[in-house]
Order: sequence, then structure tokens, then C-alpha cells
Amino acid sequence: MSLNNFLLLPIIIPFFFGMLLIFGQRKLVYQRSFALIGIGLALLSAISLLFKVKTDGIQLVTFGNWPVPFGITMVADMVSTLLVTTTLLIAFFVIWYGFGSINKERERFFYYPGVMFIVTGVNGAFTTGDIFNLFVFFEVLLMSSYLLIVLGGEKEQLKGSIKYILINVISSALFVITVAFLYSVVGTLNMADIASKIAAIHQPGIITVIAVLFLMVFGLKAAIFPLYFWLPTSYHAAPIPVLTLFGALLTKVGIYSIMRTYTLFFVHDLGFTHQLLMVLAIFTIIAGCIGALAYFDVKQIIIYNIVIAVGVILFGVAQMNETALKGAMFYLVHDMLIKAALFMLIGMIITITGTSDLRKMGGLLKKYPVLGWSYLIAAFGLAGIPPLSGFIGKLLIAKGGFEAGNMWSSVFILASSLLVLLSVIRIFVYAFWGQEQPTHTQQTMDKKTYRTLFIPTIFVVFISIVYGVGAEWITPFMDDAAKLLSDPSIYIDAVLKGE
Amino acid sequence: MKTNDVIIQFTAKIVFFIIFFFSIHIFMAGHYTPGGGFVGGLLTSSAIVLLVLAYDLNTVRTVLPINYIHLIATGLLLALGTAAFPMFIGKPFFTHFFDYFTLPLIGKTSLHTAMLFDAGVYLVVVGVTMTIIQRIGEDD
Repeated sequence: MSLNNFLLLPIIIPFFFGMLLIFGQRKLVYQRSFALIGIGLALLSAISLLFKVKTDGIQLVTFGNWPVPFGITMVADMVSTLLVTTTLLIAFFVIWYGFGSINKERERFFYYPGVMFIVTGVNGAFTTGDIFNLFVFFEVLLMSSYLLIVLGGEKEQLKGSIKYILINVISSALFVITVAFLYSVVGTLNMADIASKIAAIHQPGIITVIAVLFLMVFGLKAAIFPLYFWLPTSYHAAPIPVLTLFGALLTKVGIYSIMRTYTLFFVHDLGFTHQLLMVLAIFTIIAGCIGALAYFDVKQIIIYNIVIAVGVILFGVAQMNETALKGAMFYLVHDMLIKAALFMLIGMIITITGTSDLRKMGGLLKKYPVLGWSYLIAAFGLAGIPPLSGFIGKLLIAKGGFEAGNMWSSVFILASSLLVLLSVIRIFVYAFWGQEQPTHTQQTMDKKTYRTLFIPTIFVVFISIVYGVGAEWITPFMDDAAKLLSDPSIYIDAVLKGE
Repeated sequence: MKTNDVIIQFTAKIVFFIIFFFSIHIFMAGHYTPGGGFVGGLLTSSAIVLLVLAYDLNTVRTVLPINYIHLIATGLLLALGTAAFPMFIGKPFFTHFFDYFTLPLIGKTSLHTAMLFDAGVYLVVVGVTMTIIQRIGEDD
């Protein structure tokens, strides 16, 4: 077995197309079409990989034909494959959306290679089975995100990117230090091998310290409670398609890494590590809710909703039972889709009105009814109104919380949905109802741009609806993922013994 | 006052070749002794930087008309190509091959596909370093 390079295709194809796009920098047609073709091909391979993993179980390949703990192993299990597929799906529509939104100067200056490399990094981080390789893929996606956040060189972008780069350089240094600590204790970098070594020494105190250090490192990337301070200003600076990519993908890589390390490595002192994770998750939700309600800026409201979702997912991870982990997986994929949809929608609102200040908007529903109603559906999906996508995940997370005996905090998770709903419905009330504002009556977006922005957006909204309504079809995939997360021995055996 | 840099320009012409050949030596020797694509690439670009210091950016650009950004992409393609080639013959990604060949003049030599990967690294390093220096140097 294990002669299986197929699982590498969703990583290699965007990488390869990114290289090709460095040539022909100024030819817009070439840049656009090749970017779409590349992501499309990668998406097709990811979907077929998803079904292969479903039928044949975990797929893995070790680079260079080396025996397992010595080479870099890439592991495609249900968790990573689901996330890879979602990533490519979102990237496809964001690139399409960018045709009408990113300006031509940016497109001619390596915007598309940047997107391709960021997708390479994200997919690689999801798929790798080696902790140092995870660091390298983090750097791949961070480098590309530095390019994308600063590309264009506006004043606000420069301000936001300095903060962003500084924070990420610090957290990357901390990542290397933490990996060094871990390596000096267990003497291996392969994730499955690390997990089995930690199990063999029953997680002594130093491993718990390393667990907290990892929580700090990935918490800085994922924006958990005391470490989320950089996110609102940095993300606010980026142009909308870039913001969509960041909001939908980057913090999720941090969440995935916490999920992976806390369900695979550090599972022997749950009373400390997972309790800490749960408390931080709850504070994250509180902090996010405060931010989401405090602002009148549409971008900031959705950005703080990212922080809330991070808290909800990590709360599910902290319960460490199969129900809550299944909920966390459901909610993670839902959140990637719905955040992409919401950012694309508010991007359209901002382009139409020419402002991101809610108090200067109003009456859009008269001219743009379809936009208005699809925004309302997306908002309901985010809050988790039953047939829509956010429902099943949050339900399972709360159920898992009750099963684990965390009564009040689970009730709190459910209650926080109301605040989420309030924060996004405020946008609907201010922007779509009320009097039409004079600021945006003169300028109407021309039909062609509107269509290029609207079609990919409606696709993403539609996919999120299907994801909610068709939860029945997705459940078997999520069951596999939850089983894998709640029982680390499945992963360890698959990688080390090749079962 | 017009400065006269005859000495530095003359020395640079000679020293350039010494540094350049040393960088190739370092690159080739990487498998058995310290060295490899990364230091080799840095040394090559330092040789070009010496030329830039002795002359100026435009002169060096006419002497070496290289688009360094394309050089980066070429290096990446070479590295990825070397790594991906085994996929097409049913071996895991990144499998390397080597064998002994008898070459004219040098005699029995081992050739390894890792060198192609290193050549990719070398091109990327030269491309990145020179892009940085050129862009900052041109900036007014």
C-alpha cells in the first residue's frame, strides 16, 4: 500500500499553477483563466479524494520512499480531506468574485500567484502528518498572506500589515521554540509517532506545559480570547476578496491545528488542558459578541463574528466526546462557507453604497431585492436557524457539552446565538430597510460588475443552504471524522502500522 | 568632482569570476561536503552584487539581461518537477534516484537527482536575492 500520491494533488496543483502564473504577469486573461482552471482541477481531485477516503479509509504517502517515522508523511483522513475540499471550493468562488472586485493593478502584480500559494499552504497544513512540516506550511500560507494584505499599498493596508506581520513573526518563533521543546522530550516529529510516544510516557508535566504553549501558538493564529487583539485591525485593512480568503481560511488553520494536537497528542490530562481550552473558548465568544455588537462598521461586525465562531468550535473540541467533536467538524465547515458568503455579500453592499458605515446606508432592498434576501438567508444560516447550515453543528456541540456535564456553558453557547443573530440582523435592518440614502442613489453599479460579483456569491450562499438542508448526506463523512478525532489510536495505527 | 573607480572596476572583473566559480564549486560539492544550493545561490548573487557596486544597476542589467522573477519561477518549476517526476512512474513523491556514470575527463562519477532539486533551490535563491536588491536599488 501507501504508494498513493493521489492525496498530494490538491496541494501540488495550486502550487504548480502559482508558478505558471508568475510568468505572463501583465496578461489579465491568462492570469484569470489559469487561476480558475488550476483551482478547479484541484477541487475535482479533492472531491474524488473525499470519496476515496470515505470508501478506503485513511490515505497516506511518505515522501521519498522512506520508512514511516523517518520521512515526512502526508495523511489524508476524513478531517483534513473535508477541510481541503471546502478550502478549494471557497477559493474557486473567491477568485471568480475577485474579477469584479480586485482592481486591475493588483491583478497585474502577482495577486493570483499569491492566492494560489496561500491555497497551497492551507491545504498542506491540513494534510501534513509532521509537526515541523506543519510549521513550514504555516509559513507558506503566512508569506502569501503578507503579500495579499499589503498588495495595493494603501495607507490603511500598510498600517494593518505591519501589525499582522509582527504578530505572526512572533507566533512563528514561538512555534519553532515549542516544536524544539517537544522534540527534546519525545525525540520525533512525525505526529503519529509523537502521539504514541506521549501515550507511552503518560504525558508528564512538561508535555502539559508544551500543550499550553501550542495553545498559545495556534491561538495567536486562530484568534482565541486574549490573543485575538491583532485580528480586527489587520483584517479590516485587506480588500474584500482577500478578506474573504483570510476570514474563511486562515483562522481555521489555527483551529484545525488546535483540534489536531488536542485530540491526538495531549489527551492524557484532560482535566487541565481541555478545561483551559473550554474557559478560553467561552471568553473568546464573549469578546467576539461584545465586538460584533459594538461596531457600526459592516466589516468589523463580520470580523468579530469570526472570533465568536472560533470560540464555538473550540468549545466543541474541549468537550472531547464524539458528539461534540462531530458538532465541531460540522460547525467548522459551515463556518468556512458562511463566512465566505457573508464577506462576499457585505463586499457587494460596500461597493454599492460606497461606505462601510451602517448609519450611512439604507433602503437597498428596493433596488437589490435578491441581494437583500440572500443576505438574510446567510445571516440566518450563521445564527443557526434550523433548516440552515449553522444549526446541526451548534446543536451537536451543545449536546456534547451536556453529555460532558458542562450544563451552564452549553446553555451559554446556545444563548450566544441570539447575540450573533442580533449583530448580523442589524446589518440587514440598517442597510436594506429604511430610507434610501442620498450617498448611494447617484452611483449605481454597472450591470456587468454586479453580475460578476453576484453569481459567485449566490453560489456560495446556495452551497451553504445545501450543506444545511442536506446534513443527512454529509453526516456519514462527519461521523468518520468524529470517530477519528475522538479515538487517536485510529490515526496512530493507520500511520505507524499502515492499517 | 568626477570620481575614478578604475581600480575597483578592474578588480571586480577578476574577483567576479573567482567568486562565481567558487559558488559553483560549493553548489556541486553540497552532497558530500558543506555547501549546496542555498549557499551556492547566495555566493553567486554576492558576485553579481559586487558588479553592481563597482558599476551600477543599469550596466549590470545590460550585461546580464535576466528577468529574476522568471528565474524564481523557473527554479520552482525545476524543483517541483524533480520532486513530482517519481509520481508518474508509481513511486512516492520526492523519491530520488542515483547511479554511477563514467564521464569523459572526470571519470567515474555518481549523479543524483537531488542535484536537480538543488539547482532549483539555487535558481530561486539567486532570483530572490537579486530581485530584492534590484527593487530596493531602483527605488528613489
